[in-house]
Amino acid sequence: MKMMTPQSEAELAEIIAGASGPLCIQGGGTRGRTVEGDVLSTCSLTGVELYEPGALTLVVKAGTPVAEVEALLAAENQRLAFEPMDHRGLLGTEGEPTIGGVIAANVSGPRRIQTGAARDHLLGVRFVDGSGQAVKNGGRVMKNVTGYDLVKLLCGAHGALGVLTEVSLKVLPRAEAMATVAVADVGLNQAVAAMSASLGSPYDVTGAAYDPDSKTAFVRVEGFADSVSYRSKKLAAELAGFGETSISAEGEPLWQGIRDVSAFHGREGDVWRISVKPSDAVELAPRLEAEALQFDWGGGLIWARVAEGNDLRARVNVPGHATLVRASAGTRSRLGVFQPQPGLLAAISEGLRRQFDPKGIFNPGLMG
Amino acid sequence: MQMPSPNPAILARKQALAARLLKALPPDAVIQDEMETRAYECDALTAYKCPPLLAVLPRTTQEVSDILRICHEEGVPVVPRGAGTSLAGGALPTADCVILGVARMNEVLETDYENRIIRVQTGRTNLSVSGAVEEEEFFYAPDPSSQLACAIAGNIAMNSGGAHCLKYGVTTNNLMGVTMVMMDGTVVEIGGAHLDAGELDLLGVICGSEGQLGVVTEATLRILRKPEGARPVLIGYDSNEVAGACVSDIIKAGVLPVAIEFMDRPCIEACEAFAKAGYPMCEALLIVEVEGSEEEILHQLGLIIDIARSHNPVELREAGDAEEAGRIWLGRKSAFGAMGQINDYMCLDGTIPVSSLPFVLRRIGEMSQEFGLDVANVFHAGDGNMHPLILFDANKPGDLETCEAFGAEILKLCVEAGGCLTGEHGVGIEKRDLMLHQYTAEDLEAQLKIKDVFDPKWLLNPAKVFPLSVTEGRRSMALAAE
Repeated sequence: MKMMTPQSEAELAEIIAGASGPLCIQGGGTRGRTVEGDVLSTCSLTGVELYEPGALTLVVKAGTPVAEVEALLAAENQRLAFEPMDHRGLLGTEGEPTIGGVIAANVSGPRRIQTGAARDHLLGVRFVDGSGQAVKNGGRVMKNVTGYDLVKLLCGAHGALGVLTEVSLKVLPRAEAMATVAVADVGLNQAVAAMSASLGSPYDVTGAAYDPDSKTAFVRVEGFADSVSYRSKKLAAELAGFGETSISAEGEPLWQGIRDVSAFHGREGDVWRISVKPSDAVELAPRLEAEALQFDWGGGLIWARVAEGNDLRARVNVPGHATLVRASAGTRSRLGVFQPQPGLLAAISEGLRRQFDPKGIFNPGLMG
Repeated sequence: MQMPSPNPAILARKQALAARLLKALPPDAVIQDEMETRAYECDALTAYKCPPLLAVLPRTTQEVSDILRICHEEGVPVVPRGAGTSLAGGALPTADCVILGVARMNEVLETDYENRIIRVQTGRTNLSVSGAVEEEEFFYAPDPSSQLACAIAGNIAMNSGGAHCLKYGVTTNNLMGVTMVMMDGTVVEIGGAHLDAGELDLLGVICGSEGQLGVVTEATLRILRKPEGARPVLIGYDSNEVAGACVSDIIKAGVLPVAIEFMDRPCIEACEAFAKAGYPMCEALLIVEVEGSEEEILHQLGLIIDIARSHNPVELREAGDAEEAGRIWLGRKSAFGAMGQINDYMCLDGTIPVSSLPFVLRRIGEMSQEFGLDVANVFHAGDGNMHPLILFDANKPGDLETCEAFGAEILKLCVEAGGCLTGEHGVGIEKRDLMLHQYTAEDLEAQLKIKDVFDPKWLLNPAKVFPLSVTEGRRSMALAAE
């Protein structure tokens, strides 16, 4: 097994053009080894191509560490608004998350519910397809409908359609202040109702999560200090009917914990990530027979820690999808990491993979 | 504009095809009379016209499926049509095509405030989606200027934007699921009330594919609670450069207005003559709108006004009440109508990096001299989406051609400045032949591969998006296979 770290897009393209066996596509490798095969890493494709704070745009090579990107943005009081999760704690992995890895997996955090996912902040990509051809799609401007949107398609494709070499991102101002309204001692039913009420309020909520262990629902608002103070008070008053409310300005570690599912760190079992309609979470949660649960996105994102080797998808009886985020290699290959699609969609996806990766060498078997 | 020559074999089968469609559809759903099909000969890009072979107006997904299955079996091209408001010729027929209009499919299927979604048939107009949830103080965010008339189907096809997308995003950021009929008549469900795709993001590539991958009949859309209030401020400058610097400083300061609109002098003059909104006569006008509670609005406006003052505005006008706010928006909202009053015009929508705004405006001014046609600029400054309006006289021989040549040069300039050919209108036929200025043949090839998977016979919305030379091999192979 080889580890290949090309230094340029051209070198990467050459490797892919000459490859015949399976390639495990990696950025920083913080989500572990996805498939057997030679590792093709983008970690040496680094550097900022362009950053214009006044235009909210950043163009960066795929292997650039997320930490480097975030530091650069922080210096201008900006940020990646989609709040990408750091998988290292949950998966017990090491390495340095890269921006390309974040985009390839469409990794988003609690703010996804308000500002959108990684895919909603991605303006353009460069990638190399399975024949070794470099391709550009999208660009560096915020509105662009010129041709088909391969940008979205590549985001979340987990390397199956191409290896990302460069991404353009929309960045946003960092909020001056934040506050968290906690609703204490509520069951899931009440928590989802409370989160729904806050997300349906005019107060621009940027996070709505529920921790069943402490039976507390958390609602976040961000922005200018006076505005945050005003909106958090309004929310606390409106949510008082659901349970005792309190307002805290010390929210950073809390939301980082929600983002990274820190409640599951170091605990045994498989970890599943389930996306459903928020109100469906209430009926679904007990059916999952999980050892522990965490809820984000107003209830629409369920993190479940279950005993090893169980097919949790068989227990999900509502529309949505369940991804196996952490499990042994055996369980992963038996159950599949991604939710199988209905026949027609599976055929379309398979057709797309074959078009972009005719040799079938990009993370084979990971999807579809 | 070059279009593929119609297939004589299809033209000869018109009666048989109509009869087959009539067996599957109610009698009033098939339009074959040449006087009546003429109503579908063009969209809002009226310079190009071609009556279709037939037009069909289904009411259900099942009827759409029947139509597409029949056309697929017969090898007949299909041009999907929403409300026909495309400025890019996205719904321009070919003589041998069936126009599939979804205008009769305008039902609201489900509203769910708890989960903040609405599910509609896609013939419903954009504004009436917001109308359906207005009572509960919700709205659908993307707001193209044509929102009174344009259909969700077309919004999805073109990934439409609007004035408020700096904060709320464009169609693709607000679309959660679709029911789509494939060219062979099969029906697929993608996405829904849950977030994100588990596998490949097919929804992401369908949105903005200009009706070439399938016909979307139903859509699940994200709805949002209305903000407590909104208010604009009007700022005038004596140069485009300074106005551009002001926009950049506002964004850098961490304020995210819901809209930043920019008008140049020719546009201000035309609007003033038409709407008499009382705009100051200056080189550049900005309308900046913020949202929130009264206190929040005042705070944000305070920050914006401080920044604006630091650039020495020639005019700074706050709206004291709703009536004054209305007056500030009046001129901008009537800009297109004002232009229509004085002249025929062509509206472009290239996008540029905000930082290259002064350079691009200066170049457009110089080119206006070279081509001998006036141009007025109105655009969404926060996101760099320009709308140059080139004025011409359709009755003057050669004027349209000069205008098109001028337009093409402006769009190339947008690409050279680091931007793109179209920010929210779509490529259609209008910008089709410029695609190789933005993308290499290899970049386009990657896009064609998508089409091969969804529509292997290349029957859906022919001759749009890609230069004909680029698609010729595929089209003739598909034809030979028939």
